[in-house]
Amino acid sequence: MYLESILLCRRCKVPKKIRVLAAKPGLDGHDRGIKVICCALRDAGMEVIYTGLRQTPEQIVQAAIQEDVDVIGMSVLSGAHDYLFPRVMELLKGAGATDIIVIGGGIIPEEDIKSLRDVGIRAVFGPGTPTTDIVRFIKETVSR
Amino acid sequence: MYDSKKLKKIEKSSVAWAEKTQKVLDKRPERKQSFQTLSGIPVERVYDPLSVHECEYVKDLGFPGSYPYTRGVQPTMYRGRFWTMRQYAGFASAEESNKRYKYLLEQGQTGLSVAFDLPTQIGYDSDHPMARGEVGKVGVAIDTLGDMEALFDGIPLDKVSTSMTINAPAAILLAMYVQTADKQGVGCKKLKGTIQNDILKEYAARGTYIFPPAPSMRLITDIFAFCSQYIPSWNTISISGYHIREAGSTAVQELAFTLANGIAYVEAALQAGLKVDDFAPRLSFFFNAHLDFFEEIAKFRAARRLWAKIMKERFGAKSPKSLMLRFHTQTAGCTLTAQQPQNNVIRVTLQALSAVLGGTQSLHTNSMDEAFSLPSEDAVQIAVRTQQVIAYESGVANTADPLGGSFYVEHLTSEIEERAQTYIDQIDEMGGAAAAIEQGYVQKEIQESAYAYQKAVEAGEQILVGLNKFQDEEVPPRNLLRVDTAVMESQVAGLKQLKAKRDNVAVATAIKKLKKSARGNDNLMPPFMEAVKCYATLGEICDTLRDVFGEYTAVSTV
Repeated sequence: MYLESILLCRRCKVPKKIRVLAAKPGLDGHDRGIKVICCALRDAGMEVIYTGLRQTPEQIVQAAIQEDVDVIGMSVLSGAHDYLFPRVMELLKGAGATDIIVIGGGIIPEEDIKSLRDVGIRAVFGPGTPTTDIVRFIKETVSR
Repeated sequence: MYDSKKLKKIEKSSVAWAEKTQKVLDKRPERKQSFQTLSGIPVERVYDPLSVHECEYVKDLGFPGSYPYTRGVQPTMYRGRFWTMRQYAGFASAEESNKRYKYLLEQGQTGLSVAFDLPTQIGYDSDHPMARGEVGKVGVAIDTLGDMEALFDGIPLDKVSTSMTINAPAAILLAMYVQTADKQGVGCKKLKGTIQNDILKEYAARGTYIFPPAPSMRLITDIFAFCSQYIPSWNTISISGYHIREAGSTAVQELAFTLANGIAYVEAALQAGLKVDDFAPRLSFFFNAHLDFFEEIAKFRAARRLWAKIMKERFGAKSPKSLMLRFHTQTAGCTLTAQQPQNNVIRVTLQALSAVLGGTQSLHTNSMDEAFSLPSEDAVQIAVRTQQVIAYESGVANTADPLGGSFYVEHLTSEIEERAQTYIDQIDEMGGAAAAIEQGYVQKEIQESAYAYQKAVEAGEQILVGLNKFQDEEVPPRNLLRVDTAVMESQVAGLKQLKAKRDNVAVATAIKKLKKSARGNDNLMPPFMEAVKCYATLGEICDTLRDVFGEYTAVSTV
């Protein structure tokens, strides 16, 4: 009885938790920002899976599909975003997983943001962004 | 520092003052209910002799250049010579970075500090699949001795001191540096500089590890042993709190975790059979200069006193040089804001001043545009000028430890030392720094502080001017430095050419020898020297070690 009601709850009443893959592509070891964001997203009620350092774009896309996430959040502070972010988007497209919302952050010059958006990165959050902005963006974009 | 009679008198007038102050407070309350440092140490309304009554001058402070070195490691401090002004730099190719070094030396910089790109730091050649997108980005790409020769072309290595931020493959890059000097006709004994070589903080905070802890510690003690014999003026390690702080720790944690790592290196070297006074004089440290001005100054002073005690009491070191904590400082990159970036010049000035008042041996001042990209030449120039203004104009360098005896600074120094010691005791109980890191303890402590700080900023409890108060409309900055992706292509092409040209039989023999030594217990520096000399690549050498040592997998703490 008890188990049934939980399942029922899960099926129709309680909305599904937003699932986020927090990823560190490339060789960059700066993980303060992404770890802080992991904590903030969890405190906002999301399920967060953190990949750890040194992930290839292939590993990130595979993990995202396996974990059935709604969002991928990538952080790069080494300047390698110009190769790594578009590569992730290319692989997602190849895997037919373009419904996953992809956002990025790190040390990313303003002039790079347009080309990242052109390949489908939905938003880029720079230094100083309050975590509440990121929470709000994810909630609004996923529910749309 | 006061006798009991005088203290009584002070206590009496302190009580009277408190009563008077209460009346003022009733009319005009203070800005906040309570005040504290960034590390959470309570800050009182005022400090007086009662706050430091336990401090004994000779025992706890002493004179500059004498135990416990609270007031500095040299008797004359900056009256003799200013600190070394050393800007961390390097990007793109060796040729490009060589130009920047020459520019910095022309600007009056007195030492070099090499930034390597991430593939180099993690032991991958520029043509490795994991290197895609990273070649030349955060530092210079070095694949072989040829790149190292180009990096220092025209820079006399007997005249400059060079600091290299390299950790997991530090021994190999040091071997390349020695060979480069040799080609310039400069012998080992004349070389001055530092390799970071601090793997424990890589596992805990910075991320450029390759091998597991045990073989990594062996590489480090091999370097200690080799340098004490052949490169006596080389700083064999720079035990770094900088990155621990950047990852989000407090000042107290920065100090505690750094010294705990230092203890682990000393223990490893003793276990490898080295004598403490043979290697300890060449240990050096690297700290962060953060926002809380007095707390930072107190941290530097506490670091010296605590390390001197540890070396003397715990390890029985006799040589004064073994007891002295010498350190490099860099201003806090994590405090630079992308909002109103010119404010960063002011932040850097205050942070640099705290490092100087704290008695640093060398200093890197961050550039105002580093929240956007690697610094542009203009921004670097202001950063260097900041140090020069402090040195030549402000007068703060004219006496040793000018804040010594300040009731507040002395109180904070003792408080930080005590709190750091509590952490060190706890880490000892866990089995030492390596064990504490492998259990994820250090990482978790840092993470929790980072999140708490972020929450304080977002709640407006920690004000950052231009970020969460006094905001303005922003114009994105221009003239940012960009690393051309062509760097990777030319680096890869150069590598291919070199592999065709070099004596590949000699390379194979050197690699075979290295593998044999790695499997045994021989000091690995000689086989590294031989391998780099015949232009074996960094990747080939590191892959050989990966085969023997395996690779480190990080513990997840999120």
